[in-house]
Amino acid sequence: MKVRPPVVPAFTGPVFAFMLSVAGIAVGVVAFAADAQAQAIKIGSFLSVTGGASFLGDPEKKTLELEVEAINRQGGINGHKLDLVVYDDGGAADKAASFAKRLIESDQVDVLIGGSTTATTMAAIPLAEKAGIPFVSLAGAVVIVDPVKHWVFKTPHTDRLAAEKIFEDLRKRGLTKLGLISEDAGFGKSGHDQSLIVAKAFGIEIVADEVYSPRDPDTTAQLTKIRNTPGVAALFNFGFGQGPAVVTRNVRQLGITIPFYQSHGVASKEFIKLVGEAGEGIRLLGSALAVAEQLPAADPQRPVVLAFQRAYADAYQAEASTFAGYARDALYMVAEAAGRAGGADKAKVRDQLELTKGFIGTTGIFTMSPADHMGLSPASFHLIEIRNGNWKLMD
Amino acid sequence: MSSAFLQYLFSGLTIGSIYALAGLGFSIIYNASRVINFAQGEFIMIGAMATVSLTGLGLPLLAAAPLAVAATVLVGVAVAKFAITPARGASPVTLIIITIGISVFLRGAAQALWGKGFHVLPPFSGDAPFVVLGAVLLPQSLWVLGTTLVVIAGLGWFFGRTLHGKAMLATSCNPLAAQLVGIRVSGVVLGAFGLAALLGAVGGIVMAPITFTSADAGIMLGLKGFSAAVLGGLGNGAGAVLGGLIVGMAEAMSAGYLSSSYKEATAFAIILFVLLFMPQGLLGRAGTERV
Repeated sequence: MKVRPPVVPAFTGPVFAFMLSVAGIAVGVVAFAADAQAQAIKIGSFLSVTGGASFLGDPEKKTLELEVEAINRQGGINGHKLDLVVYDDGGAADKAASFAKRLIESDQVDVLIGGSTTATTMAAIPLAEKAGIPFVSLAGAVVIVDPVKHWVFKTPHTDRLAAEKIFEDLRKRGLTKLGLISEDAGFGKSGHDQSLIVAKAFGIEIVADEVYSPRDPDTTAQLTKIRNTPGVAALFNFGFGQGPAVVTRNVRQLGITIPFYQSHGVASKEFIKLVGEAGEGIRLLGSALAVAEQLPAADPQRPVVLAFQRAYADAYQAEASTFAGYARDALYMVAEAAGRAGGADKAKVRDQLELTKGFIGTTGIFTMSPADHMGLSPASFHLIEIRNGNWKLMD
Repeated sequence: MSSAFLQYLFSGLTIGSIYALAGLGFSIIYNASRVINFAQGEFIMIGAMATVSLTGLGLPLLAAAPLAVAATVLVGVAVAKFAITPARGASPVTLIIITIGISVFLRGAAQALWGKGFHVLPPFSGDAPFVVLGAVLLPQSLWVLGTTLVVIAGLGWFFGRTLHGKAMLATSCNPLAAQLVGIRVSGVVLGAFGLAALLGAVGGIVMAPITFTSADAGIMLGLKGFSAAVLGGLGNGAGAVLGGLIVGMAEAMSAGYLSSSYKEATAFAIILFVLLFMPQGLLGRAGTERV
């Protein structure tokens, strides 16, 4: 969006009425021009603040509000203030699409951040592509950036990256026969599919492949089947929320002792609290945010994640989750791109997003390219083990 | 092989008894008012969540559980008083829709009060499983099953032997006639919701150590409990238990012997098949239209 030349309205008769209808933008520009300030950069966001995915959208919304205020307090980006508009899509893809449309057409935002889930993101992608507006998604699945879409970026790790990181460790330990148990919906389903795709490249054979529903109270039948599979050397659970906690407890009850891996879906202190003793020895993946205090002093992410954790805890009296981190990274990545682009011009911001290099976020260190609109490597995941009710960094 | 079978059996028993306990509340309210109460899952959730938050305040389980049950009963009675009774005379379908609204409201209130995270209660009698021929069974599963049996016996006594229980049954058969012989019909509906809330809360508390709990735990429990109640015959307590166990067994066995991808489908296929030939459910009495 170009900065309009200052307009001096003539406050008489029909011209005045016309001027009012020209909308607040013109008046706003006058005000800013008087302050010798640049036009605000409008950031539009649709998040699943309520509904089943509220554990994603709620911290994301809080983070955006917190950090936009922080950036504006420091004078904005090269004098451009940030202006945030957030809508709650309740986790519904159709609502996400209509809010994205509203943000683009009626709110006339310059950048889209959002889509807490893969479904809500995918619903908005065609709109962003058609309108030609930079769009940074906060959802996990690899389909968002593979194949690469001109205007679409994302900050979370993909499930494929998680599977690769786990399989790397399995290969290192010589555990090639894997029993996979995953949630049959959403996050777990997508993780399951990606695991099957990348297993061969790491020489991993998936000898048992079982699923459970997100709310199943018991998974001992599935685990018994895996235990009785000949040759199975390790167990990997891909899921989120209550499911992995049930699986973990059932694994201990059945006395299964093979190495047990969990995905990054459970990398929160809440999980350790839920499973208690049963969690000891589990290996899982976490971003720098999950293991902030344990990062070595030389780690470039350490100051970033510690500062964000403190700011979030001060504002909301809660632990900043990995998902909060996704939103923080997206906002600052956009802010830096807009800073380099010298304003809110959509095409320039997009080009600068693609040129992001060595951006230190909470999720990892991002380096985008025309072929990679996520910009994270497996190194951005930390392999951690649960020991004595706490995380222990393994790499 | 046999130890695997036994493990599937125990898994089915655990899952089934949870569904059964969830299903019982549907039967009571249906008995008293011909309403299917879709907020039953929320009663279960409130019982469990209230216990978690009271024990979190430092109360022992023996004090927290009765308080949580009392709180849930209050919620149940309030629901009947402020949402169901004012709509008296409306058709059962309208009332069912009201209960769906109540469930959404209670879920939202619970999220606002307790947050969106998952919580756990410690098992009542330890975590160490019983090992039977190589298969393991949790003490808590026995708690759930035992509670279910006690509840059925209690309900049988209440509806068969007490004046209040008989008044409830009479009201469900013919509200007008019941009123004529001096039964306070509005009181009966309040009583039924209170009783269903009590059952739900007790169920929620004994199953929470197995299932974990959260503000939206009621959705799954409500759905599975309803399936169990319909399969066994709505309005029949023993039927709800039988239905719950069948659904649980079907899920565990098909996860073990077929594929875990088909376990829900298998359970629902059984329900459909049974209802096709026995629309009243397994133990339901054939409905007779009274003129």
